[in-house]
Amino acid sequence: MNETEAVPVPAPAEVEENYLSAGHTVRSWLLTTDHKRIGLLYLFSIIFFFAIAAVAAAIMRLELLTPPGDLVLSATYNKLFTLHGVIMVWFFLIPSIPNVLGNFLIPMMIGARDVAFPKLNLLSWYLFMAGGLLALHAIIVGGVDTGWTFYTPYSSRYSNTHTVEMALGIFLSGFASILTGLNFIITVHEMRAPGLTWFRLPLFIWSHYATSLILVLATPVLAITLLLMMLERIWGLGIFDPRLGGDPVLFQHLFWFYSHPAVYIMILPSMAVVSELIPCFSRKRIFGYKFIAFASMAIAVLGFVVWGHHMFVSGQSVYAGMIFSILSFIVAIPSGIKVFNWTATLHRGSISFETPMLYALGFIGLFSLGGLTGLFLAALAVDVHVTDTYFVVAHFHYIMVGGTVLAFMGGIHFWWPKITGRMYPEKLGQLAALVTFIGFNLTFFPQFVMGYLGMPRRYHAYAPEFQIYHVLSTAGATILGVGYLLPVIYLLWSLRHGKKAGANPWGATGLEWQTPSPPPVHNFAEVPRVTGEPYDYSPQEEEKKAEDDHA
Amino acid sequence: MPETKRALAEHFETLEQQHQAAWLGMWTFLATEIMFFSGLFMGYIIYRHTYFQSFEIASRHTNIIYGTVNTAILLTSSLTMALGVHAAQEGRNKAVVRYILITILFAAAFMVVKGAEYYEHFKNHEIPGQAFHPIPQAPQAVIFFYLYFAMTGLHAVHVMVGIGVLSVMAWLAARQRFDRVYNTPVELAGLYWHFVDIVWIFLYPLIYLIDRHT
Ligand SMILES: [Cu+2]
Repeated sequence: MNETEAVPVPAPAEVEENYLSAGHTVRSWLLTTDHKRIGLLYLFSIIFFFAIAAVAAAIMRLELLTPPGDLVLSATYNKLFTLHGVIMVWFFLIPSIPNVLGNFLIPMMIGARDVAFPKLNLLSWYLFMAGGLLALHAIIVGGVDTGWTFYTPYSSRYSNTHTVEMALGIFLSGFASILTGLNFIITVHEMRAPGLTWFRLPLFIWSHYATSLILVLATPVLAITLLLMMLERIWGLGIFDPRLGGDPVLFQHLFWFYSHPAVYIMILPSMAVVSELIPCFSRKRIFGYKFIAFASMAIAVLGFVVWGHHMFVSGQSVYAGMIFSILSFIVAIPSGIKVFNWTATLHRGSISFETPMLYALGFIGLFSLGGLTGLFLAALAVDVHVTDTYFVVAHFHYIMVGGTVLAFMGGIHFWWPKITGRMYPEKLGQLAALVTFIGFNLTFFPQFVMGYLGMPRRYHAYAPEFQIYHVLSTAGATILGVGYLLPVIYLLWSLRHGKKAGANPWGATGLEWQTPSPPPVHNFAEVPRVTGEPYDYSPQEEEKKAEDDHA
Repeated sequence: MPETKRALAEHFETLEQQHQAAWLGMWTFLATEIMFFSGLFMGYIIYRHTYFQSFEIASRHTNIIYGTVNTAILLTSSLTMALGVHAAQEGRNKAVVRYILITILFAAAFMVVKGAEYYEHFKNHEIPGQAFHPIPQAPQAVIFFYLYFAMTGLHAVHVMVGIGVLSVMAWLAARQRFDRVYNTPVELAGLYWHFVDIVWIFLYPLIYLIDRHT
């Protein structure tokens, strides 16, 4: 801001190498402090973990094709859903968008050369991998059967499986989360380019800032909770131990104090992606910028005071239940605001349906359905009826798969040309998006129905009248699997054979599009200076507004 | 100032910006630390409320002499730390080394006293577990002692990390690494040390003082 002299434009010969060609050795990847390379390290890691958890889901869906438990034992089934939950939540969903796209894009979007603490950023990946491999080891040597929630005293006393090792893995990956959140907060505060004021920031940044606040403030509570659980198991006694007068419900309070905000760690970054995609493919300025920005912050804050809705039937007092119920209704408001603003952005835009946009539109629909069924669950009486049924399972999969995974896929396609310098094949991309959408709904919509009819979750055998829903669900999961595999294949293909993407193939606004693809090591040849508002997609409308102002 | 130039990482524009980032980073880290400890404080508050009588009786089994001596030691160490930071801001590396070494000595003294206190609990069979001797009229004393060891233990881990961090700072200062412009690491180490001190300021009344008024 205090610079006034123009920086000389470097001659072409001085243009830096791009971040991919800057080094080809394993060492240049494993010891990199470049936020873009760390983003890619995270990308490979989370796809690896996703594949493992997806296989567990596939085995469960196969088992559930028939009412009797004929493929796996009930004990194995318990381990499968624990594996699926733990790996998907902590080793895929939570790091998915923030650690891959956030890492890659946040410094570029604000015109910085890197995040504030590049070495901590790398340390974060190592902690994540250490945690992930520890969790994997716990699975290989016998697995864990507590469910991803680790409720005491089962986890701390009665389970005969490897709960301590698994919890230690999550504990370590939690520090990776904390370092990432801390890095993003400081980066957004201190590293913005001249002229890039808070209300000129892309909404991607606002949403990630809100996410980072949750990462930094909620994750330590999970850390101490798991630590106390592990201590209790090792020591043989502890404050959650009912034999001493300890209260197992306290564990649930502490666990959900983290794990409800963790839902917003998963969904806020997807909202970040969608807020970029919708204006770009509507060629229209985003509607209600400040509303969306403040809605992100409101979600982060309110998300901290609704955890009790997971404990309506856990022996929590009725009055606490009522208050948590009301607060849970309130937290839906900022999410609703966002959906309305995205829809209003679409209104009268010149919409085109490239792959990222298909995912974004899918997100809006599925997230809305997931959010609205969340209101059913926030209502005390309905919740008591559907607690621990497939209704709940369907609800959170609509948020986490319909929401987070779709937004992640949309984001990967949108920024793929920036990350790799190549375009993906558009027709195949659209096909995969469609297949994913159909497969997803066929998998999870029947689960709402059977859940409402009384099919309990976490059982490997069930009453025959639910079979039709399970068969539909398994069929859907197969289609969904195809929808996931297709992009893996054509994106890898595009690395070599994709059309070369220019700096800005989408004609998008945002600083990340003003630098070559793939970006140079230090992102920008010169520090960009920002003079205008974000999402400047419609000059005509601007002119009209100026005319109106004069009139 | 070649020294200062070396201290500026390549992704920052100015030393001022780097200093701001580090400073805000440390405060954010301390916020996570507060949340980390908060789970234990929450547990303490809830059980103290639920099992008031047991906690009252059990807390009389702590040794207030050790606790008070340790409070004095830590408070004084915060003073020497503050003096060390002040010296670093004036670029007096020798004084930095001296003050930080004194701070480390106080920290070590704290650990020795804590160790003696733990040993006394061990001799009196007050460590939760097989050898724990139940206290009459205080059936939930074991929860008090569990929390006592978890909270003071976690705090002691932070003291030991502090000793490590301060040792590095003393070593850097001995190699003349700080000057009037660049002294952020010492400032941040100071912040961390004051945090460790403040946690104890909360632990001391909760464990040693609160139930002794009757
Ligand atoms: Cu929740």
